[in-house]
Amino acid sequence: MNKIEAKNVDFYYGSFHALKGINIAIPTGEVVAFIGPSGCGKSTFLRLFNRMNDLIPGARLEGQILIDGNDIYDRSVDVDVLRRGVGMVFQRPNPFPKSIFENVAYGLRVNGVKDKAFISQRVEEALTSAALWTEVKDKLKESAYALSGGQQQRLCIARAMAVQPSVLLMDEPASALDPISTAKIEELICELSSQTTIVIVTHSMQQAARVSNKTAFFYLGEMVEYGETKKIFTNPEKEATQNYITGRFG
Amino acid sequence: MKKWIDRLARRVFTVSGFVTSAVILLIIGFLFSEAAGLFRQPIVEEGYVLALNKSNTVDRLSAEEIKLLFDEDITNWRDVGGADMPVRVFRLEDLDRLYTEEELGAEYEHAGDKIAEQVRADRGIIAFVPTVLVEGRTDIHLVPDHTIPVKDVLLGTEWYPTATPSPIFGMVPLLAGTLWVSFFAILIALPFGLAVSIYMAEVAPPGVSRVLKPVIELLGGIPSVVYGFFGLAVIVPLLQQTFRLPVGESGLAGSIVLALMALPTIITVSEDAMRNCPRTMREASLALGATRWQTIYKVVVPYSISGITSGVVLGIGRAIGETMAVLMVTGNAAVIPTSILDPLRTIPATIAAELGEAPAGGAHYQALFLLGVILFFITLIINSCVELVSARNKTKR
Repeated sequence: MNKIEAKNVDFYYGSFHALKGINIAIPTGEVVAFIGPSGCGKSTFLRLFNRMNDLIPGARLEGQILIDGNDIYDRSVDVDVLRRGVGMVFQRPNPFPKSIFENVAYGLRVNGVKDKAFISQRVEEALTSAALWTEVKDKLKESAYALSGGQQQRLCIARAMAVQPSVLLMDEPASALDPISTAKIEELICELSSQTTIVIVTHSMQQAARVSNKTAFFYLGEMVEYGETKKIFTNPEKEATQNYITGRFG
Repeated sequence: MKKWIDRLARRVFTVSGFVTSAVILLIIGFLFSEAAGLFRQPIVEEGYVLALNKSNTVDRLSAEEIKLLFDEDITNWRDVGGADMPVRVFRLEDLDRLYTEEELGAEYEHAGDKIAEQVRADRGIIAFVPTVLVEGRTDIHLVPDHTIPVKDVLLGTEWYPTATPSPIFGMVPLLAGTLWVSFFAILIALPFGLAVSIYMAEVAPPGVSRVLKPVIELLGGIPSVVYGFFGLAVIVPLLQQTFRLPVGESGLAGSIVLALMALPTIITVSEDAMRNCPRTMREASLALGATRWQTIYKVVVPYSISGITSGVVLGIGRAIGETMAVLMVTGNAAVIPTSILDPLRTIPATIAAELGEAPAGGAHYQALFLLGVILFFITLIINSCVELVSARNKTKR
């Protein structure tokens, strides 16, 4: 069963052709990594899955993106509802200027949840699943800015998980963190994969190899190769992939 | 050569820095020393004295009591702590009415005797006469003068700076007028300013805000007298008709004009603050399924609250110090306002209107300087608030 499917996706920023004829199928419950050099379109592609690129003036999409078999760019789709089901974690930790508790509760509150007991239960669950609960349970009322960078990023993951998305998009989630925090995030990705389908963009090939089941290699707006992570890293079919993973460019 | 230029430049910068600071300190020092002089001024106009009948035991009169006595609003000495007898007011002009020129003498040399005669004859008399005429006399009771008490100035509710024999410098009506007008100005400017800045930062298409921003900044550059003129020509008649006022000049007119003047500051500063809200912050909110409006009021506004506060406080600062426009539209009645539709008078307007007619070095002149000091402290407090708010928010991030 495919969670996400992209069919002949072309994407333009104004006249710049950013993504060229991409087809991909992401199965439910897998962790899929997008690798490739900077500016090759992997973040752009990721941001199509929750329609984040809608905010960019002059952006244009051709082709289809299906989640659970439904075209998410169809006119009848309510973008707020779509985004509720597709969580996102960004490159840099970006907690809101609110308390730790309110950060995690935000997604529930904006979606109209009023039940206080329910909210605090979900906040605890989300923080636990983000491996942050024991560190913050005594200071939930404190500002999120009081946390370290790594903790902030895990808070952002908890924030995304609080609304129980069926897909979690991660845009280089560890690129602004130190190695120890990075290791924690990677561990977390493995644990969360039991709850949700994860798509992760990363610059680190080791990271892709460690966390993902499947890997897609992007180069200059095209998806060069997509397959089992093990195969991509040990026995790629394309020469460009081979060159990239052996560090000959990128 | 290079070294020499370097040293010269450094010296020029040092000197200009010192000179500027010194000038500013000098101005503040001048302001304070002039203002402090007010509390060394006698209550009764300089060179004059109040003379009473020997039997009258009243020994201390406040400026307000003197004014009431001479306005004949107090007609019995009982009301000011004396015996039960009617008050008779005697001024120097009365002397010319009662005596011929010969009796007074060509050089007024007998005037002192004649005044004493009058004062001796009436137990309830109060005479306001030049000190030189009656100095050293023991047959009449000269009220010992005292300096203007601080309390009467800072807590006094009447402002009659040109009243004779003793001016009254109660500053409460002016302070109240200033705060009243500023308060309503902010009440008007805040919602509009916030709405426009949110529109410009978040809602408006880039083309619109590209046009709107310079226009609003242009509004900030219009001289205040032009705003005053606009207020006088448009707002004042409008208010007069709408609220059926006897005169349209009122606190509300001043508040509206000030709100117009504060708007550009509030809008530009808070718009900048909201634009500084990182894009990823908005995206994080939208990615959780928040609508655009939820994102604005739950994330963008809280994030930029310090910038918005600075804008508002800077706006208030401008409103409180503003002179010309307010002078033109508020009606300038120095009474404590009970409604925003009353005419009122602000501190800056008072200084501007009265300094020209106050003799330099006199009590009135010094009272105006004291008003300047009060204004200085108000703006100082406001500016410190801005510093405090922005400092607090810097540590928060």
